[in-house]
Amino acid sequence: MSDASLHDARLSACPACDAAPLARQLADRAGAVQPDLILSLPTIHCATCISDVEGALRRHSGVRDARVNLTLRRVTVDAPGLEAQELINVVERAGYEAHELDPAALSASVADRQGRDILMRIGVSGFAMMNIMILSVAVWSGAEAATRDMFHFISGAIALPTVAFAGQPFFSSAWRSLRAGRLGMDVPISLALILASAISVFETIYSGHHAYFDAAVMLCFFLLIGRYLDYRTRAVARSAAEELTALEVPRAFRITPSGDEAVPIADLVPGDLIRLRPGARVPADGEIVQGTSDIDRSLLTGESIPVPAAPGMALSAGEGNLTGQMIMRVTAAGRDSSLARLTALVAAAESARGRYTSLAERASRLYSPMVHLLAFASFLGWFWVTRDLRHAVNIAAAVLIITCPCALGLAVPTVVTAASGRLFRRGLLIKDGTALERLAEVDTVVFDKTGTLTMGVPQLVSLDPLPVALRPFALVLAQGSSHPLAQALAQAVLKDGVSAAQVTDLRELPGDGVSALAKGVPIRLGRAEWLGASHGDATLSASWFQMGDSPAIRLEFADRLRPGAKDCVAQILQSGRRVLLLSGDAPPVVRDLADRLEIKDWRAGISPQGKAEAVRALSDQGQKVLMVGDGLNDTAALSVAHVSLSPASALDAARTASDMVMLGNDLAPVAEALAVARRARSRIKENFGISILYNIVAVPFAILGFATPLMAALAMSLSSISVTLNALRLR
Amino acid sequence: MEILAILIPVSLGLGAAGLAAFIWALRGRQYDDPKGDAERILRKDWDEHPKP
Repeated sequence: MSDASLHDARLSACPACDAAPLARQLADRAGAVQPDLILSLPTIHCATCISDVEGALRRHSGVRDARVNLTLRRVTVDAPGLEAQELINVVERAGYEAHELDPAALSASVADRQGRDILMRIGVSGFAMMNIMILSVAVWSGAEAATRDMFHFISGAIALPTVAFAGQPFFSSAWRSLRAGRLGMDVPISLALILASAISVFETIYSGHHAYFDAAVMLCFFLLIGRYLDYRTRAVARSAAEELTALEVPRAFRITPSGDEAVPIADLVPGDLIRLRPGARVPADGEIVQGTSDIDRSLLTGESIPVPAAPGMALSAGEGNLTGQMIMRVTAAGRDSSLARLTALVAAAESARGRYTSLAERASRLYSPMVHLLAFASFLGWFWVTRDLRHAVNIAAAVLIITCPCALGLAVPTVVTAASGRLFRRGLLIKDGTALERLAEVDTVVFDKTGTLTMGVPQLVSLDPLPVALRPFALVLAQGSSHPLAQALAQAVLKDGVSAAQVTDLRELPGDGVSALAKGVPIRLGRAEWLGASHGDATLSASWFQMGDSPAIRLEFADRLRPGAKDCVAQILQSGRRVLLLSGDAPPVVRDLADRLEIKDWRAGISPQGKAEAVRALSDQGQKVLMVGDGLNDTAALSVAHVSLSPASALDAARTASDMVMLGNDLAPVAEALAVARRARSRIKENFGISILYNIVAVPFAILGFATPLMAALAMSLSSISVTLNALRLR
Repeated sequence: MEILAILIPVSLGLGAAGLAAFIWALRGRQYDDPKGDAERILRKDWDEHPKP
């Protein structure tokens, strides 16, 4: 079977018609050659969007097929030989934002298969449960003798294969935990399934009154739903996290005798010459060979002011090149680069964090031995009193089934699904299963400054120092550069309603500034030294403007606050939690921001290790710290903290180290997440309460031998439904 | 009670048919994009003539 036919099958309008055998084959081939291009379409939302995107792509020559997946907001394009950039342009012309996704970073097919596997087991046990229930209703309403036996036989014929198939996840997990010498939640589940099936077969053969086939299948069904919700939460988080990673297609432009070639960053070796375009991130450690520019170090050190760069200066991976084109020689790449060294620091910090025991684990640790003891005690008790082995085993099986944790298995996943769904709609992605519980315990919130509380984008403080007559000239110069300060100036002047003046000979001198001639008079915009002024020990970053020989005018810039930052900090303070600001930036800048946000505890000029130390010191004092940060300098602190969060604009390493990622620009969801997490934790505890209450009512009946299959079915479904409804109140 | 000989196989057959349909839909990746499928039915692209 050729590759082409495989893809045609996947993308045809009716994939179901011919895909059944192909789907599996395709999944098996994951990791083989993947010629399909995948684009992320963050803005699509409706039927028209689907038509527009698919139509535009299909009309493009060379595209064989395109299919939009609205759930994942992606389009898969079968276009052999076409470049992603070309397709992105096509989609953008149709009016939709598009980004290339790295198919290698999306391990979707493996995850899909796992999800379909659980769904299949749910389906099988669901259908089996319905059929057995129909037969059981007849038995409960008084079918007798031969009819009852026949119904039991038919139920058994359906139930045994179903339990064997649908119960596999529990059996294998129970076997694993038994071999590791632990009693997990799955051990009593497996024991109940096996014992219930076995005792029912025995009772059926000896035409007994009670068979628990329906209970065994129902148990599978409800517990699999819990498993599936659990899986879904993790899969959604993982696929979104993968998407964030896949968005950064890591390429560098290597200079070779035959021209530039785009190579994966992993292929760089020391000694390579690579070209750095303005706006690109430095892919490896190295030294500048040629060209001048400005370097943005905010992600590495937290400094908000760009640094001028010239040949001979050392660059670290992760820094951003702002204005000029440069050529650098690689000195350390991949595993040896400073980026990788910081990652090692993170790994060390992570192992020191210690494992968090989730509420579910704590519950099962209490619960498993209790169930086994109860069942065994009732078996011994009845055997000692009646000397009837069959009856005693029957009672023990009934106790196991009644106590079995249907509701307990649903208690946590339903709440986590509801809560993370709610937070996801507000733009917060939870990557770790226990993050919500840990978030509920937080009493101290530590913020990073640059890129977290601020946007990392400068804003002009005031336009007043610039005389009105000079503004058109300042605007035309500012528009000539992609330096962030120049862009901010242009924005501020444009907002004032000024239009640009006519100038000639507009030039950008990377690292210095922009110059031009206005009716023969030289005008310049740039850094202080270039214009013969002195920056002094001012707290704010500044750009200078000069016309002719007149003294240079100082224009000050402050970092812009992230939207929602003020509300977020105010709400957290109001909820009685402590707020700390740790920054690598200079003290005056940090003090200014702390005053604006009314944060009393702040520390400036802290190194990456210093941040991690500070967070660890807080933890040692018994405080539960939420760390919010975005830069490489925060990564170690993020992994030391009790729970951590980073914005989507953060570096890959920071996002990997944190438990939650904020997808939007707004900081407000952070305060909401803290509140939702607390509510989620109390819902989980309520759910445990509900399941224990059902057990307290039902277990005495079971131990005293009054339990019937009807009672087991009622207790199981009622407790599961009430637990789910309680969880849904969070949405 | 002879009716049971017909009714039980019929009910089991219906259940099996439902299960087969579910597995068919699952294998056919019809659960991969539930949101997209819900929207696709509203498109006007193939109102005039069927998709080639």
